[in-house]
Amino acid sequence: MTNRLHRVIAAFALGCLPAIAAIAVAQAVASPVSQFTLTNGLEVVVIPDHRAPVVTHMMWYKVGAADEPAGKSGIAHFLEHLMFKGTKKNPAGRFSKFVGTIGGHENAFTSSDYTGYFQRVAKENLKALMEFEADRMTGLVLTDDVVKPELNVILEEHNQRVANNPGARLGEQVQAALYLNHPYGKPVIGWRHEIEQLTRDDALAFYKRFYSPNNAILVVAGDVTAEEVKKFATDIYGKVERRAEIGPRRRPQEPQPNAMRQVTLADPQVRQPSLNRSYLVPSIATAKKDESVALDVLAQILGAASTGRMYRTLVAEKSVAVNAGAWYQGSALDMTRFGVYATPRPDVSLTALDSAIDGVIDDVVAKGVTADELERAKTRLISDFVFAQDSQTTLARWYGVALTTGSSVDRVLTWSDRIRAVTLEEVHAAARQWLDKRRSVTGYLVKDLVREDKRS
Amino acid sequence: MIALHAMRLCIGLLTAAALFGAPAQATTIERVVSPGGIEAWLVREPAVPLIAMQFAFRGGANQDPESKPGVAHLVAAMLDEGAGDLDAKAFQEQLDRNAVELGFRSQRDDFYGSLRMLRERKKEGIGLLRLALTAPRFDADAIERTRAQALSGLRRETTNPNDIASRLWWKTAFPAHPYGRPLNGTLESVPLIGADDMRDYARRVFTREHLKVAVVGDVDAETLKSMLDQAFGALPAKSELATVPIVKLEGVGQRLFVDLDVPQAVLSFGGAGIARKDKDFIPAFIVNHILGGGSFSSRLYREVREKRGLAYSVYSYLLPLERAALFMGGTATRADRVKETLGLIEAEIRRLAAEGPTKEELTKAKSYLKGSYALNFDTSTKIAGLLLQIQLDDLGIDYINKRNGLIDAVTLDDVRRVAKRLLDGGIFATMVGRSTDSGPKGQGG
Repeated sequence: MTNRLHRVIAAFALGCLPAIAAIAVAQAVASPVSQFTLTNGLEVVVIPDHRAPVVTHMMWYKVGAADEPAGKSGIAHFLEHLMFKGTKKNPAGRFSKFVGTIGGHENAFTSSDYTGYFQRVAKENLKALMEFEADRMTGLVLTDDVVKPELNVILEEHNQRVANNPGARLGEQVQAALYLNHPYGKPVIGWRHEIEQLTRDDALAFYKRFYSPNNAILVVAGDVTAEEVKKFATDIYGKVERRAEIGPRRRPQEPQPNAMRQVTLADPQVRQPSLNRSYLVPSIATAKKDESVALDVLAQILGAASTGRMYRTLVAEKSVAVNAGAWYQGSALDMTRFGVYATPRPDVSLTALDSAIDGVIDDVVAKGVTADELERAKTRLISDFVFAQDSQTTLARWYGVALTTGSSVDRVLTWSDRIRAVTLEEVHAAARQWLDKRRSVTGYLVKDLVREDKRS
Repeated sequence: MIALHAMRLCIGLLTAAALFGAPAQATTIERVVSPGGIEAWLVREPAVPLIAMQFAFRGGANQDPESKPGVAHLVAAMLDEGAGDLDAKAFQEQLDRNAVELGFRSQRDDFYGSLRMLRERKKEGIGLLRLALTAPRFDADAIERTRAQALSGLRRETTNPNDIASRLWWKTAFPAHPYGRPLNGTLESVPLIGADDMRDYARRVFTREHLKVAVVGDVDAETLKSMLDQAFGALPAKSELATVPIVKLEGVGQRLFVDLDVPQAVLSFGGAGIARKDKDFIPAFIVNHILGGGSFSSRLYREVREKRGLAYSVYSYLLPLERAALFMGGTATRADRVKETLGLIEAEIRRLAAEGPTKEELTKAKSYLKGSYALNFDTSTKIAGLLLQIQLDDLGIDYINKRNGLIDAVTLDDVRRVAKRLLDGGIFATMVGRSTDSGPKGQGG
């Protein structure tokens, strides 16, 4: 009885929600996003949001760990830290002191494809901030006095993120095994033996090669208009000399993958074994047409917390896992990853869990997904798009990521429409084509090797 | 690719004390009282078609039975695992179909809930919230699943240096008090927790008596009134809370070391703090900002990270719990330099206690804290969280407008006096890592 009632409610919800969400999205993105390019090549994106007198100012460089010279892994991230060390005009910490004094927040981040610097401040400080950021685009001064302690800082960061964390170390191994040829196989933070050898000259060489207005994107979100940003940016950033000609970002590409791989990391600290698998799949930038939005939907259907296939099958129905999910990282310049993961119940071996995961994937590959699953996934993804309109920082990040990974403002704006248009057949085709185990690496995290073998 | 954040902003900003955020000149707060007597603070924001609600009941993990720590934590995980006629799967699919985000978490003194939904789905969102609070099912299979997840997390924690350091700190500082018991329970207690324990907790805590609600979004006061009665009106009028005694932390002066074979050692420390309603709280907040608060210029950041490269993160924060005010901090560094790092931190604490901040430091700290308050008002969920915390701290609906004036009024004499009061009492530290000759061992001065 109850079940039938729920199905009636469900049918009603399916019928009307996408339409409602469509209205909401249309309203939410009503405030126009502007984009223009200065004569020195700096691209600018402005996202007005007048709810609070605050601006988010982000400078994105189209360079990341995948652009590092061989043997210098970690230099993109090390340079990101060193960018806080001062210039001739604004020595030692003056920029951070300014941000601190006005009560601004600042930080920076590095990925395989981009490096970014951001500040959030009261809007009247925007111009002053631009002066500082423009100055350090080409004016960085480094001495060994500041470089050497900072090298120790990033080694401690490596300890904190990676060395102390067996799960993170397994993640590095899976990624390294997945990419046979492409530099995405390197950890963003670098391999420790190479980080230890990084020098001031390495940092400056990398800086001079890649930090130039024609390799950067300015994103300003908040209580501003496109006109005022254009004026400030032209006056301030427009004066920065274009100091490097940067060719197309061509990295060595992956061969057709044809062997499934499995890696195991054993560490005596592991008290809870786990498993994660990555498949080599297309990104937004490399996908044909809208294959990447089909992968977004597939990841949601497989991976949604509590309601996704992975959780429903492995945790709720078969009781072989305590947790399970899936994800897809669409933003990448080159071939990217689709991941599935699970944590086994105490009495379940990783090999048994691995087979159970194969069962979930095989089922989707053979039969596709249901109309109900498709609608629920779309509803969540589209609502995420609406919720994102509530945060200027989130929006600024979306556009920054898009423009540094081969996507575009237009693709961000139309993302929810393209999600809505995904069909059952497209989701099924994406699963069939890309969730092929020969394209994957599976990582096992265990306490010791012997024990896992015995149990399997 | 996962972005690496430099994490220069201090972790302490995520705590209750850090809720000092911002004067939003543009923010108008309405006090809304429903016909059923439920009060909420509302900021109407029609620019984005969503509604964010944050609420809290007094009585978090401090209401766990003494022999069963972890009850409140499990309840928080169980509230979306089925309610009313809907089992776990049906309930969660309804959340999906209506794009409703519903979450619960238990802290030491309070139990928090959070709801976010599209404006067009407020009826469905509120209906699901009402069900979760008034008719949670606590089905056997769902409990079993949730318990297995909790145990899996606890197994992980047994070899995580951060968790070991933190558990030992709390256990030693509050040996015979609810604050000494882990929020998420223990490997021994979690298997003992049953549906009856959870029902009892829900009955005692989920009431209208100490409920605080904050709402931000595209909704007017009249509509909100009926939403409030719909969501919370059916809850009992009165709570049945176990008394939690006021307590002083123990262990000050002690240094405890736990041997664990990991490359980086973790250090946690804490001492007596200053209560939220104490007249010295704001000066103490400024003193902490200067010592180890959230900017790149704190003394600990400069001495430990910038000058010596000993750590990636080092921080301190105020944690004014309801029954014990605390001053907390931590860092992580190479095993062979833990002792040196702890020594540096202690020296900075002593120096600030003895000499107080400089005039320039005070000016800069005030400027930072005033300026950064506005940054807390940029998303609906953040604003709602801030309004909720102001209610929990009982600071008054005009607090946001008063707050920067309170910062401004602090004098150099105030911070010097309060630096001594806050930092002169000594600290208790726990360390977890590889034992080396230079690392401290066992208990000591």
